[in-house]
Amino acid sequence: MAALDSDSDEDLVSYGTGLEPLEEGERPKKPIPLQDQTVRDEKGRYKRFHGAFSGGFSAGYFNTVGSKEGWTPSSFVSSRQNRADKSVLGPEDFMDEEDLSEFGIAPKSIVTTDDFASKTKDRIREKARQLAAATAPIPGATLLDDLITPAKLSVGFELLRKMGWKEGQGIGPRVKRRPRRQKPDPGVKIYGCALPPGGSEGSEDEDDDYLPENVTFAPKDVTPVDFTPKDNVHGLAYKGLDPHQALFGTSGEHFNLFSGGPEETGDLLGDIGVNKGRKLGISGQAFGVGALEEEDDDIYATETLSKYDTVLKDEEPGDGLYGWTAPRQYKSQKESEKDLRYVGKILDGFSLASKPLSSKKIYPPPELPRDYRPVHYFRPVVAATSENSHLLQVLSESAGKPTNDPGTRSRHQLNACKRGELLGETPIQGAPTSVLEFLSQKDKERLKEVKQATDLKAAQLRARSLAQSASGSRPQPLSPDVGHCSWHMALSGGMASTRTSNFKPFAKDPEKQKRYEEFLANMKRGQKDALERCLDPGMTEWERGRERDEFARAALLYASSHSTLSSRFTHAQEEDDSEQVEVPRDQENDVSDKQSAVKMKMFGKLTRDTFEWHPDKLLCKRFNVPDPYPDSTLVGLPRVKRDKYSVFNFLTIPETASSPVTQASSEKVPQHRASDKSRKPSRWDTSKEEKKEDSISEFLSLARSKVGPAKPEPSPLVNKEEARATESVSNKVVNKDVDSQTEGEGSRPSMDLFKAIFASSSDEKSSSSEDEQGDSEDDQEGTREADFKSSQETHLVEASSVAQASEPAPQEPAPFFPIQKMQIDEREAFGPRLPPVFCPSESRVLCVIHLHGPRKKKHRKHKHKGKQKNKKSEKSSSSESTDSSDSQSEEGPTDLSPQELLRRVV
Amino acid sequence: MAFPEPKPRGPELPQKRLKTLDCGQRAVRAVRFNVDGNYCLTCGSDKTLKLWNPLRGTLLRTYSGHGYEVLDAAGSFDNSSLCSGGGDKAVVLWDVASGQVVRKFRGHAGKVNTVQFNEEATVILSGSIDSTIRCWDCRSRKPEPVQTLDEARDGISSVKVSDHEVLAGSVDGRVRRYDLRMGQLFSDYVGSPITCICFSRDGQCTLVSSLDSTLRLLDKDTGELLGEYTGHKNKEYKLDCCLSERDTHVVSCSEDGKVFFWDLVEGALALALPVGPGVVQSLTYHPTEPCLLTAMGGSIQCWREETYEAEGAPG
Repeated sequence: MAALDSDSDEDLVSYGTGLEPLEEGERPKKPIPLQDQTVRDEKGRYKRFHGAFSGGFSAGYFNTVGSKEGWTPSSFVSSRQNRADKSVLGPEDFMDEEDLSEFGIAPKSIVTTDDFASKTKDRIREKARQLAAATAPIPGATLLDDLITPAKLSVGFELLRKMGWKEGQGIGPRVKRRPRRQKPDPGVKIYGCALPPGGSEGSEDEDDDYLPENVTFAPKDVTPVDFTPKDNVHGLAYKGLDPHQALFGTSGEHFNLFSGGPEETGDLLGDIGVNKGRKLGISGQAFGVGALEEEDDDIYATETLSKYDTVLKDEEPGDGLYGWTAPRQYKSQKESEKDLRYVGKILDGFSLASKPLSSKKIYPPPELPRDYRPVHYFRPVVAATSENSHLLQVLSESAGKPTNDPGTRSRHQLNACKRGELLGETPIQGAPTSVLEFLSQKDKERLKEVKQATDLKAAQLRARSLAQSASGSRPQPLSPDVGHCSWHMALSGGMASTRTSNFKPFAKDPEKQKRYEEFLANMKRGQKDALERCLDPGMTEWERGRERDEFARAALLYASSHSTLSSRFTHAQEEDDSEQVEVPRDQENDVSDKQSAVKMKMFGKLTRDTFEWHPDKLLCKRFNVPDPYPDSTLVGLPRVKRDKYSVFNFLTIPETASSPVTQASSEKVPQHRASDKSRKPSRWDTSKEEKKEDSISEFLSLARSKVGPAKPEPSPLVNKEEARATESVSNKVVNKDVDSQTEGEGSRPSMDLFKAIFASSSDEKSSSSEDEQGDSEDDQEGTREADFKSSQETHLVEASSVAQASEPAPQEPAPFFPIQKMQIDEREAFGPRLPPVFCPSESRVLCVIHLHGPRKKKHRKHKHKGKQKNKKSEKSSSSESTDSSDSQSEEGPTDLSPQELLRRVV
Repeated sequence: MAFPEPKPRGPELPQKRLKTLDCGQRAVRAVRFNVDGNYCLTCGSDKTLKLWNPLRGTLLRTYSGHGYEVLDAAGSFDNSSLCSGGGDKAVVLWDVASGQVVRKFRGHAGKVNTVQFNEEATVILSGSIDSTIRCWDCRSRKPEPVQTLDEARDGISSVKVSDHEVLAGSVDGRVRRYDLRMGQLFSDYVGSPITCICFSRDGQCTLVSSLDSTLRLLDKDTGELLGEYTGHKNKEYKLDCCLSERDTHVVSCSEDGKVFFWDLVEGALALALPVGPGVVQSLTYHPTEPCLLTAMGGSIQCWREETYEAEGAPG
């Protein structure tokens, strides 16, 4: 649509009468197909096509294969008598009349061909031709064209002349007064590219001239920018061998080293005229002297010194001769041109910037404080012995790194072992006593990293638990010991992810292995003195210390190796993954809090959640935005693994939505978790303590929901004592059905899916079918309801949909109704509805709508809420009938033909 | 010598009905100006999309190819292509000039409520009642979306795009703003199901209309409430809202057949423009001039300021 591209409506000029708008179903008229197009001769007779190789249209005589004389040749002369004057046939003898006419292949009359038609003296073409001449493979090949100039002018030229145009003028209406160049106001900054310096300078010189009032001027002739595409592989603005230099020789002239700018190349033709007298041919030293050339005296001395400058200055101002480097200062030149000479030749299409580039600002380095010492201060290092291992760990935790970094001790205090340790050597010992000796250096480093990470985590956890105990909302079942916290966390975390402990580091020593397993078990239970308890009391202090260390490291190693391995391999879909699903790490919780904030109009921090969100790389590229997380492969919200059978993952899965990402609705900890002990421990277990931090807000929301006006009414299914947020209510409901739900999901899809697939088509058939494109979203309920019976699915749907319903509009009381209606409505009625379909041009329709307005609205309202719909089948069906009558009656206006409509509009 | 700057005229509200066009496509689900405001698109419930010159009232082209009613459409920055989404769950990319379907993106599980081009018309963002926003790549031939934004818990009712942000309003009562440059998602809780959202023209604020008959002006960066506009009726339908061409007024459809104008700063009702007896379903504001298009029933209305003089003979 070219019309859209025009910048404004006012510029659009409409000529003639528009085509009639096409009717709705009508197809645009096709052009006459090829087989229907006919060829007729000048008398209007149909000409037959005889085949492309047998004469085309002009073969035959009146569509016969004969001629006027029939089969007899026009001039048969027996060659017996007059052999000598055998007439020689030319090609014309075999041609038809058409071929000899004006447009034939051999026209008889003389016509000026294109090659000799007039070439206007327009500068654009001239320039293009010059460029072509310069870049052509044989430079100067087009010069011949210049020598032969036809006198005839082209039609456009003549037309323009008749309209009053004169050569050298621009085209356009005459202007009253030469428009003054707009000088930019110095106060106003102008951004963007600098204007080309030579753009309008020529006209500015006469700015001060006296201009009479009644004189109009023709617009200036503008030479457009040359957009000759660069189609060679030469450098920018490379011109090859200059044809004038090569063909006509410039030996007598001065080498104009700094010649540049288009004005010099503009008078190529003039130069040719001057040098025309010279003999053409290539001459010069490199080619030597030919045999026919007389003047062989100047073979070696065609160059004369007079061709070079001897002074760094022009001899006479104005002749364009100047030295290699000296600027032409005495010439009255514009500032920009002066710069130009320094720069050298300006390429075509480029111009000097009027403003110099702003130099890059360099900031000085920050000043150091006076008492700064460029030496790192290391924490005091305590020798790792068994006595002070606790102290060591505390230190390591506070420093956030393991203790075995090179200390500030002097090297004389180190023994060989420790130095070797520092250097990363494996200690030389008689027999390996610990698994750690079998480890490669790389593994040890990894181990170290894991330990650091867990230390940090432990520190965070400790801070959190402190905060929790300060809040005092709930007694802590365990407060991790400061010293062992890191182990606890690392180990329990590691073990949580792997339930089967088939890793036996001390298999050689069954006693030790047993102790180790006991230690692990203790650790899992969360006992802080796990180590002390499991160790053999008969051992010496040194042995105990050593074993403690070993156990801890082995456990860590186990955890780390497991995690590193699991990061490299993909789990089998059926086995491992069946336990866990991925859910978003951060979720929008605390709806009740936010509701109260909204009620108090305290928008801002209270109502805002901010998440880390990873856009897709391609999306960033398409939006022209740098990837905010260039190193991550994550897309969307960061996700964590959660137990698949956790009820919370299923809280808000919509029955209809098939999105693979399940979105847990809340982070709240299940109270029922304690009951299902039978399940294997998972990572979820470890986060028990973390969840407690929600208790304050939970408490708050509980209080608010008690006080607040929009308190959710407990539904009949829910116990009275559960007066928490509706989410937890639904939690409970869902939890009951968890098993059946998962079974149901696994075995067959919900009834709703079948409905969506099968029911609609049959219903559409059953609905009165005068309009197949009617809005079928409403008129399907009656038939639906009858055949929708499935107790199991109903339960499922109930549970999940209550949870779903409580999300978007929790302030509404959620009466618990059987689900059939709701399901049906939900199919199309998410969210705000679209306004009703009617045509105001029909007054009758308006009337109907007016009558049924309130009822319908009520009905719609219910539909909007949708999820809380109850058995109002009669009512809704009756309103459905009004609906359908609406949709029928509105067919009236649409039956109008588009022309009719258009006529009304215009 | 410089002439003194002409005194800036006070903002005028479009209240003169210039033209009423019967679109002939049953209910007009949405009306949208193109990028420069010279043309408009109407989305019909008869599966067609029509391109008009609203001032002259001429129909330029009809785009048919949707399988169900068309619910939203948008034009690209260079007016070369259109996108539309509808009840057939498909997002369609059209060539403006030829009227042909260039691409048809399928993948939404429900009807598509809203579509938007990004700034360079390389990506189409579509929001659907299946609670996802899908980003479709117009450049490649991949049938899958580049990314699916599935954070919403209920249907998406409105999506707007700036140069580096995606703003989405959802029926779950939240406004989500995906900032691509910062890699963050800001979610503002409004509570009531959101029907329409839009950026202010200076890009500092977001206007949110919700089903509690309230429009709220939120600060984009902090989420704080800057203004609240009430008086209209919006309880059940998905109605449009927008800001006037110079951000001076807040404009919203209403279910009582009027278009409401509020002063943006004071929050006072400036004008309640009666359009007709039905529900004003959709509206769109000219990007630079005080010109408003409203859709009611099967027709659209063009409104200009009182002082507006039609140039040339009306076509």
